[in-house]
Amino acid sequence: MTKFTFPQSIKSRPIYGTLEARDGSAHLLVADAHGAEAILDVATPEMMAKAHIIYIPKGEHFEDKLRALKPALFYSGPSYSAAEPRLRKALADARMGLQVYLTGTEGLMGQAMNAAMAAGIPHTAIQTEHRGSVARRMQCVHCKGITEDVETDPFVCSHCGLNLFVRDHYSRRLAAYQGVRVDAEDPGNVPEPKGIYE
Amino acid sequence: MTIQFNEESFRDDYSFYNSERAIKRFPFPFHEDSYMYSVNMEQHRGGPKDSVYEKRFDVDEHYISEMRDRAIVLAEDPLRCQSLPHMTLAGWDLLELIMVSKSEDYPDLFELHRDGNTWRWINKPLGIDDTFTFLDDATLPYGPMEYITRQAQGDFAVLDQRDDNLWMDAGMVTTQADWSLDFDIGMNFFEWHAPVPLAHEKGIFVRALKFLLNIQQGAPARRLNWTMTVNPLLDTSPENYHKWGIQKTTLTPENIGAKQHLRVELQTFFRLPRSNALVFPIRCYLCSFQDLMTVPKWGRRLHRVVRDLPVELATYKGFINNRPMMLDYLKNFDDGLPTSPGIWPDLETEPPLQK
Repeated sequence: MTKFTFPQSIKSRPIYGTLEARDGSAHLLVADAHGAEAILDVATPEMMAKAHIIYIPKGEHFEDKLRALKPALFYSGPSYSAAEPRLRKALADARMGLQVYLTGTEGLMGQAMNAAMAAGIPHTAIQTEHRGSVARRMQCVHCKGITEDVETDPFVCSHCGLNLFVRDHYSRRLAAYQGVRVDAEDPGNVPEPKGIYE
Repeated sequence: MTIQFNEESFRDDYSFYNSERAIKRFPFPFHEDSYMYSVNMEQHRGGPKDSVYEKRFDVDEHYISEMRDRAIVLAEDPLRCQSLPHMTLAGWDLLELIMVSKSEDYPDLFELHRDGNTWRWINKPLGIDDTFTFLDDATLPYGPMEYITRQAQGDFAVLDQRDDNLWMDAGMVTTQADWSLDFDIGMNFFEWHAPVPLAHEKGIFVRALKFLLNIQQGAPARRLNWTMTVNPLLDTSPENYHKWGIQKTTLTPENIGAKQHLRVELQTFFRLPRSNALVFPIRCYLCSFQDLMTVPKWGRRLHRVVRDLPVELATYKGFINNRPMMLDYLKNFDDGLPTSPGIWPDLETEPPLQK
C-alpha cells in the first residue's frame, strides 16, 4: 500500500494533496522511496524537459523508471542529508516561476519544504503528496534530538533513550512531530508499542 | 506603596508563599460557578485599586524571586528565549513599552531618562543602572527582548502580523503551562493552539484571532486563563516534564491544601508601534488551595467548577487523575450557598462558610 488516508487531526498537522502538473519556468521534484510513483503519475514530457528530479530510493527500485522519463536533471542519492546540499543549490539558483513538488514520506517532504522555505518559497506554494511509509520524523521535546522514521507509539528516543509518545503536534520549522515522555507520571509503565495508526 | 519583595523559591524546597495582600488580589479566574472556553476579552485600561489589573505590567512581591528563577531556567536552556531575525524591531518596541510603563506606573522602583536615543534605565529592585542607545543592539548585553524580559514577570510571546494571521516569531517563555516556544516558534495562531481540545470546534480561535488582529496602539486588551499545578513550580515546561510530571503523583489528602495550586494566567495584548507586532504577555499567578479557601466565595465556586468541568478539559489541563482527591478536599468548603457574580472576593458581602 503506497497511498494512505490519514485520519483527521489537529490544525498543526500537515495535510498532503495529490501532485498536479502546473505551468512553470522549471520544475523541481524531490521524492523518496514510493514517492517515485507520484512522479510517474504526474510527469509529462513538457514538464520533464524542464525538470530536476532529486530521488532517495531507500531500497526501492524506481530509478530506471524515473530516468526513463528523461528529466533534464536526475540525481539519486543515498539519504536526504546526502542530497540536501544539491537541493539547497537548486533552490538558491531558482528563478521566478519554479514549481516545487515533494512526495514520499513525511520526513522527506518536511525537510525539503524547510529547505524551500529557507530559500523564500512560501509553504503554501509547494505541492506535496504522501506515498509509502507512514513513519514520522520525531523531535524529543526533552533532549531536542530527532529520531527518523518512527513507526510505533510509543518509541525510544534514539538520543536520550526516554520512552516517548507520538503527538500530532507538528513544527514546520523543525520538520518534525513532538515526542513527550510517556511514563513521566508513572516511571516504568510504558505501554506496548503499536503502529501509529493502529 | 512600597512592595516588600519575598525571598522565596519556585523549585527544590518551594519556599514560595503569598502574603495576605497577594491572596486578596489573586486573579481568581471564574466569574461564575462553571467554566467553558470563551473569548473572554476586555479592554486593559486599569482596574480596581491594588488589583492585578490596575497597572499595565503588574509588579508584585514575587518580582525579584521570579526573575532569579527565570535566570536559572535560561542558564539551563537558552532555547527558552528566541527571536527570529525579522523580530528585532519588535523587541525594541517591547523594551520601550515596558520601560515607559513601569517607570510611569512605579516611579519609586523604575526610572527611565531619555535624551534623544541615549536612554538610561534604572531598575532599583534588581540593582540595574544601564545607559544604552535605543535601537542599537550592540549597546545592550542581550537582544532588546531578552534584556527587558529578564526584568519583567511573566512570559512574553511576540507575534508578527501578516497574511491575516499572527505568527509566534519571538518569545521569552520560562513560566509556561506546558508548551514549548522552541517547538512552536514560527507557527501561526491556529497551529500553536492546535493541541487545545474543544475550542476549535466552538469557533473560539477564529473569533479570538479576528479580535486580536484589530487591536490598536494604546488600546490593549486582556483575559484570564487557568490550569492546575502541583507545587508552586513556575517552569512547567514540556522540556522538563520528564522531571516534574512525577510531582503530580505526590498529592495526599493531608498535603493537597498546601501543595495543589491554582495557576492563573493574566494574558494581555498590546500593539507595538514600529513593527506592528502584537506582544502577548502571559503573567502567571499561583495560589495554593488552602490560601484560596480563606475567601469563602472562592471556596464555594472552585468546588463547583472543578466538579463540573468536562473530562476533556480536566485531561488537557493535566489534573484528571487528581480530580477526585481535589473534590474530596474542596467539598468541605462548599456549603451550597449561592455566590455573587464576578471574580472579586467580595469579603464584606459574601457570608462565611456555613459548616
